[in-house]
Formats: sequence, structure tokens, C-alpha cells
Amino acid sequence: MCATCGCGINETGSHSHGHDHPHDHAAEGRLISIERDILAKNAGFAAGNRRLFTERGVFALNLVSSPGSGKTTLLAQTVQTLREEFPVAVIGGDQQTARDAERIQAAGAPAVQINTGKGCHLDAHGVGHALEQLPIPEGGVLFIENVGNLVCPADFDLGEADKVVVLSVTEGEDKPLKYANIFSAARLMLLNKTDLLPYVDFEVERCLEYARRVNPDIQILQLSARTGDGMVAWLDWVRQGQQAVLAQQISRLEAELTSARARLAVSGR
Amino acid sequence: MHEMALAESILNIVEETARNQAATRVTGLRLEIGELANVESEALQFCLDVVLRGSLADGAQVEILTIPGQGQCLECGAIVRLSTLYDPCPQCDGYPVRPAGGQEMRVKDIRVE
Repeated sequence: MCATCGCGINETGSHSHGHDHPHDHAAEGRLISIERDILAKNAGFAAGNRRLFTERGVFALNLVSSPGSGKTTLLAQTVQTLREEFPVAVIGGDQQTARDAERIQAAGAPAVQINTGKGCHLDAHGVGHALEQLPIPEGGVLFIENVGNLVCPADFDLGEADKVVVLSVTEGEDKPLKYANIFSAARLMLLNKTDLLPYVDFEVERCLEYARRVNPDIQILQLSARTGDGMVAWLDWVRQGQQAVLAQQISRLEAELTSARARLAVSGR
Repeated sequence: MHEMALAESILNIVEETARNQAATRVTGLRLEIGELANVESEALQFCLDVVLRGSLADGAQVEILTIPGQGQCLECGAIVRLSTLYDPCPQCDGYPVRPAGGQEMRVKDIRVE
């Protein structure tokens, strides 16, 4: 079969695909083995971001959802509380406008907007540049609000500690099956807008079962960012992550200190 | 439509390799895409067709090799074929099945002149 157009004819000869570069099916020339991940370049930038987060003790979260799930309201409520406890910052991705960043800034946290233009996802390179425009929330939390899209952001590691997928009860309960890759990649699922459950046909248990089917390890919290119901559990989840990162930073610094002292002791002899 | 971003990444890898090997033209390109990977092969083919135009790999024959999906059933423990992330175990009909292969997206090799 022709791998360019999928046709089953003309297995060995040349043919055209309706544009100006006919190709030849006969193999010739040198074969060079590559075996490289298509997203290796993005992975390199993500590793750089992750290194920065580790060094500065930042717990970074990548929030993904479809448009209209209530991510920005959730984030505004979240940063309003947490900014009293430790540094927080937000990077927001949208195709157009700086409206989300303005809403976060109004809630009292530094925020920078990445406009992806026609792009459907954030990538690690863009996040790296956004970090240059933001006070790094040292010892705190960075929320990266991805473009509203349940497909494309699944593949692009931004250097985050965890992906958090936000689903609202005004969407279909079968979204975890329809967009399995993103639910499979997430550590936590937030089921938002639970205050609307009396008004919509949404079977919570079925939705949670679907999410666990595609990701047996996924953690799930239910909340309403509007009424504040369930927000405490989410805030505690974030606090635990931030404390775990701080604990790792302390042990890393202690190890560095110990080895520096050992070097000093040797050179002082 | 992140297939366009994938196609651009593929072109980067292909051109970088071809230049390092002092090749003047890339005539063939083989990709390995897992059955469970988040990519639509047809859309990727279309995007590659656009992205490769005017490059060293203009007109290269693109072949996408599918790596079958595989998973381990957390119910019965069997290693099974998996063609979607939500399928039940074909042996015990149980859930969930944890993916254990078939999520790759790799440039395998290129043919150059």
C-alpha cells in the first residue's frame, strides 16, 4: 500500500497525489536510523522548566479542561485564599485576549497571559518565556491554566508536577471516555459546578467510574467554585503538594550543606 | 489540531538529522505511532504534506507504522491487546486496564540522498 495516500494501487511505480510532487515507491539512497520521540524538543524545554521549579521550590500545576468548565473562576477563588499563605502566580493560555489574566490579577495574584493565536495548546517553550515575565512564586504554587481544549494539551509536558483536569456537570458525563488521553494523563480530576446538579442530567457516579476506567490512579474531588462548596478539600490538596515540594527542597539543600561542610573540613586540615 | 505542531517537530528532527549527515534530499520518512497515542494518523499525514513542502523532505514518502496498544488488566492481571484506553479486558471483561505500550510517537528513520 502507498503510505503517502493510502491507496492500494501502483505498489512499485511512481504516481502523483494531485499536487506538484509525485513520488517514487522504489527504495533508494541511505537509511538513517533516528528513533527519537517526536516531542523530544518540547521534553527538553519541559525538563528546563522542571529544573527551575525544583531549584526554587515551586509546586507547578497544569490545569486542563474544555472551554467553559469554570477554570478561571476556580483559579480566582483559589489564589485569593492561598496568596495569604505562600507566593502564588498564574500563567494563562488563551488564543486571544488577556481577560483571564485580568481576572486573576483582580484576585490579587501576579498573572501573565500567553496568547497562542491559532495554537490549541501551551508548550514548554512558551511557558519558559512566560516565566521570565513573572515573579517566580518561590516556595509556593504556580498554576498554569492551559487553553480550553481536552485534546491537544494532553501531549505537551510543560514541566509541571501534575496535570489537573477540570470537568463541569454541565458537560457530558462520558467526557472521560471521549477524551481518554487527557483524563489518563491527569493526577487529579475536579468535578466543578456541583451546585447545578439538581438542574442537569448528570450521573456523577457514572462519570467517576468512566474516569477511573481510563485512569485507575486518578484522584477525584467534587466542588463548586461559585458557592465554595468542596473548595476546602481542593485547597488542602494544593497545600499538601506545596508542602511536599518544600520538604524535597529542604532535603536537597541539607544534602548540599552537608557536602559543602565536608569539603570545608577536608580543605581546613 | 496539534497534529500541525507534531508535523513541525517531525520536520525539525528530520532536517537536523539530514544536515548532520550532509544529505541533500530526504526521500523517505518512517514514523512509529502507538495505537493509544493522542494522534490522528490521517490528520498527521495531511499536516506533514503541508509542512514538508519546500523543505529538504519535500515529496518524501511518509510511512506511519502503528504500534499496537497493550495493557495489564488490574482485575485479572493478564497482559492484553488494547485498542482504546477505555476498553474492558478481553479475557475477564473487567476494568480498568492499565496501558503498558502503544502510546509512543517516534521518528523511526529517514531515507536520504
